[in-house]
Amino acid sequence: MKALRNAILASTALCAGTAVSATELEVTHWWTSGGEAAAVAELAKAFDATGNTWVDGAIAGSGGTARPIIVSRIIGGDPMGAFQFNHGRQAEELIEAGLLRDMTDVAEAEGWKDIVNPPSLLDGCTVDGRIYCAPVNIHSWQWLWLSNKAFEDAGVAVPTNWDEYVAASDALREAGKLPLALGGQPWQAAGLFNVLTVALAGPDVLVKIYGDGDTEMAAGPEMERVFQAAADARDMSQGSNIQDWNQATNMVITDTAGGQVMGDWAQGEFAVAGEVAGEDYSCLPGLGVNALIDTAGDAFYFPVVDDPDITAAQDVLAATLLSPETQVAFNLKKGSLPVRGDVDLTAANDCMNKGLEILKAGNTLPSTTQLNTEDTNNQLNDLFVEFFNDPSMTPEDAQARYVDIVKSKD
Amino acid sequence: MATDRPLSLFRNMAAKIAAIPMILTAMVVFVGGTFWTITYSFTNSKLLPRANFVGFDQYERLWNSSRWLVSIENLMIYGICSLILSFVIGFLLAALLDQKIRYEDAFRTILLYPFALSFIVTGLVWQWILNPDFGIQFIVRSMGWESFAFDPLYNPKIVIFGVLIAGLWQGTGLIMVLMLAGLRGIDQEIWKASRVDGIPAWKTYVFIVIPMMRPVFITTLVIVASGIVRLYDLIVAQTGGGPGLASEVPAKYVYDYMFQGQNLGQGFAASTMMLLAVAVVIIPWAMLEFGGKKRG
Amino acid sequence: MGNKASAIDMPDVVLEPRTLVEGPSGPKPKKRLSRRNIMIYGTLIVICLYYLLPLYVMVVTSLKGMPEIRLGNIFAPPVEITFEPWVKAWAQACTGLNCEGLSRGFWNSVRITIPSVLASIVIASVNGYALANWRFKGADLFFTILIFGAFIPYQVMLYPIVILLREIGLYGTLWGLVIVHTIFGMPILTLLFRNYFTSLPEELFKAARVDGARFWGIYFRIMVPMSLPIFVVAMILQVTGIWNDFLFGVVYTKPEFYPMTVQLNNIVNSVQGVKEYNVNMAATLLTGLVPLIIYFVSGKLFVRGIAAGAVKG
Repeated sequence: MKALRNAILASTALCAGTAVSATELEVTHWWTSGGEAAAVAELAKAFDATGNTWVDGAIAGSGGTARPIIVSRIIGGDPMGAFQFNHGRQAEELIEAGLLRDMTDVAEAEGWKDIVNPPSLLDGCTVDGRIYCAPVNIHSWQWLWLSNKAFEDAGVAVPTNWDEYVAASDALREAGKLPLALGGQPWQAAGLFNVLTVALAGPDVLVKIYGDGDTEMAAGPEMERVFQAAADARDMSQGSNIQDWNQATNMVITDTAGGQVMGDWAQGEFAVAGEVAGEDYSCLPGLGVNALIDTAGDAFYFPVVDDPDITAAQDVLAATLLSPETQVAFNLKKGSLPVRGDVDLTAANDCMNKGLEILKAGNTLPSTTQLNTEDTNNQLNDLFVEFFNDPSMTPEDAQARYVDIVKSKD
Repeated sequence: MATDRPLSLFRNMAAKIAAIPMILTAMVVFVGGTFWTITYSFTNSKLLPRANFVGFDQYERLWNSSRWLVSIENLMIYGICSLILSFVIGFLLAALLDQKIRYEDAFRTILLYPFALSFIVTGLVWQWILNPDFGIQFIVRSMGWESFAFDPLYNPKIVIFGVLIAGLWQGTGLIMVLMLAGLRGIDQEIWKASRVDGIPAWKTYVFIVIPMMRPVFITTLVIVASGIVRLYDLIVAQTGGGPGLASEVPAKYVYDYMFQGQNLGQGFAASTMMLLAVAVVIIPWAMLEFGGKKRG
Repeated sequence: MGNKASAIDMPDVVLEPRTLVEGPSGPKPKKRLSRRNIMIYGTLIVICLYYLLPLYVMVVTSLKGMPEIRLGNIFAPPVEITFEPWVKAWAQACTGLNCEGLSRGFWNSVRITIPSVLASIVIASVNGYALANWRFKGADLFFTILIFGAFIPYQVMLYPIVILLREIGLYGTLWGLVIVHTIFGMPILTLLFRNYFTSLPEELFKAARVDGARFWGIYFRIMVPMSLPIFVVAMILQVTGIWNDFLFGVVYTKPEFYPMTVQLNNIVNSVQGVKEYNVNMAATLLTGLVPLIIYFVSGKLFVRGIAAGAVKG
């Protein structure tokens, strides 16, 4: 039966273009885990309600997996209707090559300029004053997750900022706890470093270095302090024999580690394990120093296609993605923050509310995916994964290599 | 001897027609693709292949990258160990299975099953088993041997051998099957004759059977060696290249820069270096091996 | 799986009904339970334990609930056995919009694997045969290039092949994917067949020629029947490779043709979502079943001494 249905599916695809009342729009994205799938279902439901059909092309694994697929489909002359990307510099080249649609008309008709908060999100979608993508959510990196019980066992108070945390690390060690859990994958090391930069040197420094390529700043005393702090973090994370970020989160959940620096998606793991924010674990945005969050997140891009039906459906999808109902339904399931300031998330938990407040107060900064090309981010990954795993590398050496990367960035 | 006897045009044609797919693949895909790659390695292509030439910039950056140098060293160590051990283990297993044993199908299937499973998850399982905090080290220590240390994936000095443990687990089953097919192709009369002459079994293997299996060994050599050069999944699933950069390999460098780092030019430059190294070794060897004589 | 397999009693290695001159193989005739036998079986069993350890961990994990897995004792048998992860992996796991688990891509995988395996084996065996027995000028050069091709990392060839398929109008179709699998299987398979055919007794080929057999006649009537073990090896290689392929499946086709491994990858590889290890393990084991069945069944073709027997007979 399934075979038959597949055969029918295949044959309808072959004669696509013949009269179909609703337009089918293929959407490629990488939201595949249980919670993420539920969130996507909300997007699809909203889109299908407009009379079109969402054809799902879910592929797990961000960048490294998605990129060859998207580029192949575009080069192959058979692009999907829409695809998910991190907004920022990753799509720059596709825009310059004229392969992505200019969505400015939709954005103006829907008044995105007025509703998208923070406005920097839309900047991530803008090239030469034209808007090329529809942002759907905000994920931020600047969170320190702490196990309340681990600190209790160690006989110290749960820290409220980075310095207290560092000071408590000896007590944690003595109590047989790993002070800081850190997975072995390169992106986690670089992420930790960037969070330290924002918290300890301030957002302006980060923006100057990554945004303007300011090598003096990169070599300066502010960054020196960050590199020293990174060396502290390295000591605290010695003995993290794990790879995946969620294994590190699990160490915090099981109270074998004091804490972890990770993006807001770590919350999902706490929730599934039945932990309660504030009781079992604490969260410190901006490491408790600079209550700031970056506005990384996901956006949809729309390849240029010949078929006017598909173009029309793309417009409908773009408008649907930012509608207030979709934003609330989607982000509650996804555990991320909405891109509109004017919607109400009453069901949000403690940590999510902290994030919302910071957003409201406007304490945001652009994310590294907006500031850096992926090439630069990849080089930073290489540097920091080496630094965090090789205690013989001095902060000074690391900083020198950091300056080199900043110098060569474009 | 097909060549040294007069052939009719018709018979010649059949072989040539049969070889058309091979010729097309070799010329269009492999030669064409290689030249395409080399050409674009001189550009600054990022997300899309674009013909914006920058000379040797990509190569300069490549050879200044500590990660690339570590990758090459790792590949050397892994390659030599993996090649030797695959052959030894694969052959011994095949010889064991060739002793007219009962349950051969069951044993063969067990040895082969690691090859059937996607390495994304089996790599994760090895990651667990070799993890000092809940794998083998944990079990041995909890049995009372407190000083026992076994953390091959988390010690930069030996991590590449940790990868090897899982690599052999995954790959030797296939080598065993290849060797077994080779053993099964050996004329049974040889065993009879050697038994009549009273030659010990190991001598028959070393001096008679193994030399007769040369074609199979060549096939195996190419399969193992090409697997080593393209080594990627195993590393990603187990260590992600870590700790630090300690288990990076060239194919991962290529892939990471092409897609993750969105720097096609750098990835192409790295793969050009890989292909160059392979070509220097393979082409002369293959011409000698397959060119000279007609059969064998 | 291993246990089930061993319950089937194999009478002997030579399973074929063909009446061959079957000299005992291996070094010596044997008595049951001789010292030699104990050593052979002992060694095999110890080796099998090493091979089965990860399988054990996977099966045990797939039968546990997530709270039990978080405790982190990977070798402990499940306290409470649950088959929920298996059901979920096969029929319920959601990836994106579709909550049909692995079952969704199963038939697509079958539709991709069968033609790809057949095409690649047919083409490569004929190629190998031509190279072994009917060499023509220039054959060595092409063959050398082909062997070189075995060493090219697949990823490097992704975009050139997209362009190639676009130009011949097969991009995004099932046949395009079959061609890609055939191309990438060709180097190793051709080598495999060529070298096997070369090692077959030359007298056979000569005799057939004297009898007036031509290219295809010799191929079908002599080469194929005499080379069953190598066809099995080729099938094992191709079924495994193509069934487990993920990259080509997503890069060269569209969602309606996505193979089962796309679902597997989606279940296993989510980046920011919660990771359910028990479902991951069950999904991997389920995906691996098809190649595993092929291995076990094809064992019947792993016969000995056909070549030798044919010459003497």
